[in-house]
Amino acid sequence: MEIKAPTPQIPPAVWTEFKDLQELEKYRQERPEGDKHSALFESLTEGIHQFPGGFVVTSVADAFLNWARKSSVWPVTFGLACCAIEMMATFASRFDVERLGMVPWASPRHSDLMIVSGTVTIKMAPMLKRIYDQMPDPKWAVSMGSCANSGGPFRHGYHVVKGVDRVIPVDVYVPGCPPPPESLLNGLLLLQEQIAHFRTTGKRAAPTAKID
Amino acid sequence: MIHDQARARIQERFGVGAEGDGPLLTVTIPPDRWVDLARFAKETLGCLYFNFLSAVDWKEQGLEVVCRLENLQVGLVVMLRTRLGAGQTHCPTLTALYRGADWMERECYDMFGIVFEGHPDLRRILLSEDWEGYPLRKDYAVDTPFAPYR
Repeated sequence: MEIKAPTPQIPPAVWTEFKDLQELEKYRQERPEGDKHSALFESLTEGIHQFPGGFVVTSVADAFLNWARKSSVWPVTFGLACCAIEMMATFASRFDVERLGMVPWASPRHSDLMIVSGTVTIKMAPMLKRIYDQMPDPKWAVSMGSCANSGGPFRHGYHVVKGVDRVIPVDVYVPGCPPPPESLLNGLLLLQEQIAHFRTTGKRAAPTAKID
Repeated sequence: MIHDQARARIQERFGVGAEGDGPLLTVTIPPDRWVDLARFAKETLGCLYFNFLSAVDWKEQGLEVVCRLENLQVGLVVMLRTRLGAGQTHCPTLTALYRGADWMERECYDMFGIVFEGHPDLRRILLSEDWEGYPLRKDYAVDTPFAPYR
């Protein structure tokens, strides 16, 4: 009598039989509404496609790069006036912009964002322009407070630039005199939203109408 | 009282009365006796402390230079005022008497355009070198566009 080894039964490679993918699908269906982390993930990875039967994930290159850009916006430490106190409070542990991937950096060469925090005098404006020019592209600017927005209470002084947008292009204007850290955080979140729609066409994203 | 004595000595030496009845004496003097009065205040009245020097623009009546000298030991304060006259911008300098007058007069030149004759280094101190006009004068047009940032 011939003894045969049992023929191994190889299951067909159907992707639904992978247990981890089933678990993942189950998790996705069971995910509660308003799950901020997953909603954030989906908004970041617009255009993600997952091929059946594999683990290959594709995305739109711009979306991926913008996700990387908005997740590590490093502001150059550039305090001009009393708004800088509120900016420092925003950088410090209570409000903690490092949650947003922002590291206040003391070199314009490594920075992506300039927060113009305070009154820009006519004598200071060339230095501000120089620091802005030293930052590598792509770069953004936030105008913080009434003075940087329009000159503020010093608008009719002889020595004040009537708005920093006469010197450098500005992406987000944060009102207030000075704006509290919550306002600046809101402005930074709006800036991140703008960066998410950044296109390498040489044009800046249109400012969002969203305020609050 | 010490300020009555000082008032009497100023009256005796210069022939002008000092206003004010407290320890603050305000003396108005023509510009050609400006340095004499300051030297008198320093050497005779003992006002060694140079507090400040500034100016006032009285529009068509011309500019007025104001200087405050103090004797801290006896609490005597002398305010010197001089009217330069309409359209006049020249004033003698106090830098030979007080070293502290140097930057004060430079600031005064910067903001009002008053030329202090005999000043060792009269140039702008706060504003940039290429600034046009003197911004604290009343006729300075604040909102005129100024290249490139205004």
